[in-house]
Amino acid sequence: MKNVQVYGSGCKNCTVTAERIEQVAKELGQEVVIEKVTSLEAIMAAGVISTPGVGVDGVVKHTGSVPSVEQIRDLLG
Amino acid sequence: MFEIFAKLADWLAYSVMGFTPESAIGIGVHFFIEDTSKILVLLVCLIYVISYLRASLSVEKVRDYLQGKHRGVGYFLGSLFGAITPFCSCSSIPLFMGFVSARIPIGVTIAFLITSPLINEVVVIMLGSILGLKFTLMYITIGMLLGVFAGVILDMLKAHRWLQPFLAQAYQQDQTANAPATSTPEAIAISHQERHRFAVTETSAIVSRIWKWVIIGVGLGAFIHGFVPAQWFEENLANGQWWTVPLATLSAIPIYTNASGVVPIMGSLIEKGMPLGTTLAFCMGAVAVSLPEFMMLKQVMQYRLLATIAGYLLVAISITGWLFNAFY
Repeated sequence: MKNVQVYGSGCKNCTVTAERIEQVAKELGQEVVIEKVTSLEAIMAAGVISTPGVGVDGVVKHTGSVPSVEQIRDLLG
Repeated sequence: MFEIFAKLADWLAYSVMGFTPESAIGIGVHFFIEDTSKILVLLVCLIYVISYLRASLSVEKVRDYLQGKHRGVGYFLGSLFGAITPFCSCSSIPLFMGFVSARIPIGVTIAFLITSPLINEVVVIMLGSILGLKFTLMYITIGMLLGVFAGVILDMLKAHRWLQPFLAQAYQQDQTANAPATSTPEAIAISHQERHRFAVTETSAIVSRIWKWVIIGVGLGAFIHGFVPAQWFEENLANGQWWTVPLATLSAIPIYTNASGVVPIMGSLIEKGMPLGTTLAFCMGAVAVSLPEFMMLKQVMQYRLLATIAGYLLVAISITGWLFNAFY
């Protein structure tokens, strides 16, 4: 099981990102726990400066856009 | 090259819909068809090209590049990157924090944040297609100068005193002890195919966000073009009294809009004899800042800093407007 973090202060792109991750995980038959990180200080501490950002098990893997389905597959794979 | 859009409008408005070219409604409809078709086609093509070119540019790279640069060039570079770097406006807070904790001077970061909404591909394409190349170049120059001066002035005022405490602390701290410099996970060299994919996503995202605004803006522009007589403007707005400029700026600041709605209206107003400087001031005021954005920035800045930025923009945009009214 993977812990996935979505960094962002709650804008539309962040919601879309979280939904897309959930959907891809379902397709892959993987179990993921999605955690939305919305606190500014936590986002800063993670070093994310363009949202939405995506982290896997606390390591930032993607920033600045809604990741594509392929990108999410790579992240979860 | 653009005659094709005029021909399309001739055919649709006069032959298909049967309006006469002399009637107010005929003029308005023709204007609407020509401008919406031209602008939408230009937006789709040019946004694709621009996105393709800048696919490898990210705010992380800009941060790394600006870090440790001399202030003098920093203001200019901050402003320049603000103009060309794409980022969602909902990202301005994390971006601001990231730049600050990388110890980039506040002034350089502010230069970036001020130029960013003022100059972007949508504004430039719309201005270019409606008001021409010369006006667009002047607009870009002014937009960059507004950012550079904002940076210089705020650093002179030692604006970092007015950050929210947690951020001021991060600014004082040693960078190595604080934010880990996350390297961008995206590939360093990106392939043609990735650029293409990025450009397609970007184009469809931008165009689907703004097409409504283009249509509303051009619709209002067409109405002014066809129905409001130039005389009305001469009597009411075209005198160019000095106070109309700050009034235009002030009334535009709270408006939450983007360039795609404002520029077409601007084009029609100028054509009807509204003074250029007053119109420009209104446009810049509307595009540069908005109330919702200020509410967001409140999370990282104290009221004094916000008020200073708002006051600066009011004064600087008014001066620009006055200069234009005086010399054009």
